[in-house]
Amino acid sequence: MTAADTQIRATSAALLEGTRAKQRRSLGQTIRWLLLFAGGIAMIMPIAYMISTSLKWPFEVYNVRLIPEEPHLENYTYVLEDGRFYGWFVNSLIIAVLTTISNLFFDSLVGYTLCKFTFRGRYIVFIAILSTLMIPTEMLVIPWYLMSQSFGWLDSYWGIMFPGLMTAFGVFLMRQFFQTVPDDFIEAARIDGLNEFQIWWSVALPMVKPALAALAIFVFLGNWTAFLWPLIVTTDTALYTLPVGLSSFGDEADVQWELIMTGAAISTLPTLIVFLIFQRFIIRGVVMAGLKG
Amino acid sequence: MTFYRALSIKQKRTIWAWGFLAVPILFYVVIRFYPTGNAMVLSFQSWNLLEDRVWVGLDNYRVLFSDPDFWQVFGNTFKYLLLGTPISLVVSFFIAYHLDKVRFAHGFLRALYFLPFMTSAVAMAWVWRWFYQGVPIGLFNNMLASVGIGQIEFLNSTTNALPAILAPAIWAGLGFQVIIFMAGLRAIPRSYYEAAQIDGVSTWTVLWEITIPLLRPTIVFIVVFSSIGFLRIFDHVFNMTTNNPGGPLNTTKPLVLMIYETAFRSFDMGYAAAQTVVLFLILLVVSLLQLRLLRDR
Repeated sequence: MTAADTQIRATSAALLEGTRAKQRRSLGQTIRWLLLFAGGIAMIMPIAYMISTSLKWPFEVYNVRLIPEEPHLENYTYVLEDGRFYGWFVNSLIIAVLTTISNLFFDSLVGYTLCKFTFRGRYIVFIAILSTLMIPTEMLVIPWYLMSQSFGWLDSYWGIMFPGLMTAFGVFLMRQFFQTVPDDFIEAARIDGLNEFQIWWSVALPMVKPALAALAIFVFLGNWTAFLWPLIVTTDTALYTLPVGLSSFGDEADVQWELIMTGAAISTLPTLIVFLIFQRFIIRGVVMAGLKG
Repeated sequence: MTFYRALSIKQKRTIWAWGFLAVPILFYVVIRFYPTGNAMVLSFQSWNLLEDRVWVGLDNYRVLFSDPDFWQVFGNTFKYLLLGTPISLVVSFFIAYHLDKVRFAHGFLRALYFLPFMTSAVAMAWVWRWFYQGVPIGLFNNMLASVGIGQIEFLNSTTNALPAILAPAIWAGLGFQVIIFMAGLRAIPRSYYEAAQIDGVSTWTVLWEITIPLLRPTIVFIVVFSSIGFLRIFDHVFNMTTNNPGGPLNTTKPLVLMIYETAFRSFDMGYAAAQTVVLFLILLVVSLLQLRLLRDR
C-alpha cells in the first residue's frame, strides 16, 4: 500500500464521517421540527375546537372529533339574529377604533413634544407621566366609577372609553422612536415656514409609521379584549362590549355549548384574521413595543 | 398676535410645547393622579355610596388583615404568580430556543405559537371551561374516557381548580414571551458562539455560560411582565367560575376579584379601596424586588 493510498483512504473515511455527522444533525433537525410542529398544533387546539364546535349540531357537541360531521352555520344565524351580539360587536369595534385613534394622536404628540422641544419642566412632565405606569388600573376603577356616576357617564361609550384615551406606555414608546428622527429635518421644515403642528404632523409623524402601527396593534387588542372596566361601567345590555356580552350570554345559555362557542368565535375571529393577514408586520410591532416599551 | 410676534423663537417654541401638552396634562391630572389620590383617601374612609363618607382611620386595613378570607385570597394570588411565572418562563424559553434553530417553515411555526396571544381572554375562558366539564360534556374528560382513564374533577375541585384556571392564562401569554425571547436570542452576537465552537465547548455549556447570561435583560423583562399579569388575574377566574365567582370555597379567588366583589357587589367602597392600595403595594414590591434580584447575582 502506497502512501497515496493511505492518504485517499483517510480522506474518504473523514468524508464519510462528515456525511454521517451531517445526517445525524439533519435527523436531529427533523425531530426538532416535528416536535415544534406538534407543540404548535397543540397550541391552536383550543381555537380549533372553538371553531369546530361553533359549526356543530347540539347532538354532536360532546363528540371529541375535531371535524364536524355536517358543518353548518345555523349557530351563527341563531346568535346573530338575536341582535345582541351584533350590537356588542359594533360597540366593541367603535370603542376600540376611537380609543386607538386617540392614543395614536395624543401619545405621539406628547412623545414628540417631550423628545424634540427643550423647555423648563419637560423632565418633570415626562417623569410624572411615566410614574402612572406603576399605578394598576384596579386601583383606579373605584374612583373612575364614582366619577362616572356623578357626571352621568355610566352606560355610555364615553364612560367605557375615557380611562384609556391616552397611555403612558404609548407616550414612552413614541418618545423613544422620535429620538431616531434627525433634528435637521425639523430645523429644515422650520426654515421652510411650517408651524410646529405642521412639522409634527407632516414631517415627524411619517417617519415613525412603524411605531405608530405597533402602538395601534397594542391599543386596539387591549381595548377589544378589555373586560374589567366595561363590566363595571355598563349595566345596560345594549351598551355591553363583546367580552362583557359574551360573559353574560355564557351564563344565560348555560349548557348550550355550541352557542357559547359561536359567541366566543365571533369575539375572537376578527383579531385572529387580522393577525393572519398582517402576521410579519404584527410580530415585528410586538417585538418593537415589547423591547422599547 | 402682536404679542406672539414680539416673542423670541425659543419662547414661541415653549408656548407651542405647552399648547401640545395642555390636554394631555389635564387628562393625566383628572384621570390618573386625582383618582390615585382619591383611592388612597377612600381607603381611610367608610362609604356605601348612600350615606356620608366617614373617616375611620386605619380600620379598613385592620379589618382586612384580620380577615381570614383576605389571607386566603392573598395566598391564591401568590399561587397564580408562583406557578404561572416560572412555568411560562421555562416553557417559552424552551420553545424559543428550539424555534430559533429551525429554518424550514419558521414563520408558520411561529404563527402557531403566537396565535393564542391574539385571542380574547373572556372568549377563551369559556372555551376552556367547556373543556373542563365532566363526562359526557367536557372535551378533556371525554378524551380521558375514550382511552379508559377515570374522570378528573377540574373546576369543581378545591385543589385542581386553580391550576385549571391558570392553564389558559399561561397558554395565552406564551406566544408573546416566545417572540420576545427569540428577539433576545437574535441579539446575541454570533461571534460568541463561533468562539465556543472553535474551543469545542458542549451545547449545554454554551447554553448556561453564554446564552442564558446574555439573555438576562430579556429574562428580567419577561419575569416582571408576566408576574404583574398573574398578580392581576381576573378575566379567566371570573368567567370560569361565574356561577360561584372565585369558588369552589374561594380556592380560586384572586385579589382583583375580591376587590370587584367588595366594591361592586357589596358597595363597600372604603374597604375595597384599601384592598386596591394593598394590591398596588404588592405590585410595587414585586417589581422592585425582581429587578433587584436579577440585576446583581
